[in-house]
Amino acid sequence: MHYSTSGLESARRHVGDEVRVVIESDSDIVLAREHGRLIGKKLGFSATDLTLIATAISEVARNILVFAKNGEIVIREINEHGRTGIQIMAKDNGPGIPDIALAMQEGYSTGKGLGMGLPGSRRLMDEFQVISSVADGTIVEMKKWVNKNG
Amino acid sequence: MEVPILKQGGYLIATIQAALSDADLIKLQDALVEQVGKYRSKGVIIDVTALDVMDSFATRTLRSIAHMIKLRGAETVICGIQPEVAFAMVQLGLTLEGISTALDLEEGLALLNKRTREREAARGR
Repeated sequence: MHYSTSGLESARRHVGDEVRVVIESDSDIVLAREHGRLIGKKLGFSATDLTLIATAISEVARNILVFAKNGEIVIREINEHGRTGIQIMAKDNGPGIPDIALAMQEGYSTGKGLGMGLPGSRRLMDEFQVISSVADGTIVEMKKWVNKNG
Repeated sequence: MEVPILKQGGYLIATIQAALSDADLIKLQDALVEQVGKYRSKGVIIDVTALDVMDSFATRTLRSIAHMIKLRGAETVICGIQPEVAFAMVQLGLTLEGISTALDLEEGLALLNKRTREREAARGR
């Protein structure tokens, strides 16, 4: 697991659908996870993986709502080194996370959640990165690959 | 999407029928806590069979509901957590410790019957 501060959107081939969901109310969270399920299903994820993806989307979308009030979730298919996967980006222009390592700590909470939003979502996905600055807000990027053991 | 609450004998049965927003969950909480008093219910079943995601907010709210219902003198059983949902909850580190759960509605009712009988017996002593 690494928390890089640059190179998040490095040149990469994007194929297929991309869905953007604006997050500004709690019903948008439901919408975002439904889109995640739809795209994931099309890519061939198992029922269990679809639930893990939807749950991770729910957590990062709620983080946007709680900490930044609004932002967006971008969901898309990715193809890299012959693998297919799903990428979820949660972006906001909120206050940013001053200490990412601290926010990623199990049980750490600002009191608005259970303290498992970020560390929990990380466990549900294959790859996970947080980029945040107090000036520019936060981007959480998560990926999961289809049949990673297949 | 509002959750219908069915009154059956001394029990309330809330059957979640589709994905719920945070606001829907809070509405369910308020309705159950109120109706337990109104109908003097001894038990509450929350059937989450149709719920495809139990994230940290949903889990925390269900836990709060069960605790509030307990404070109102009744028992709560949560039934129908799907296998994939259970898997995701464990991965996420979410627990329903201290909350009664059952495989489905039938098992949930059986558990409530047992619990309320025990309660009555303890009172009779």
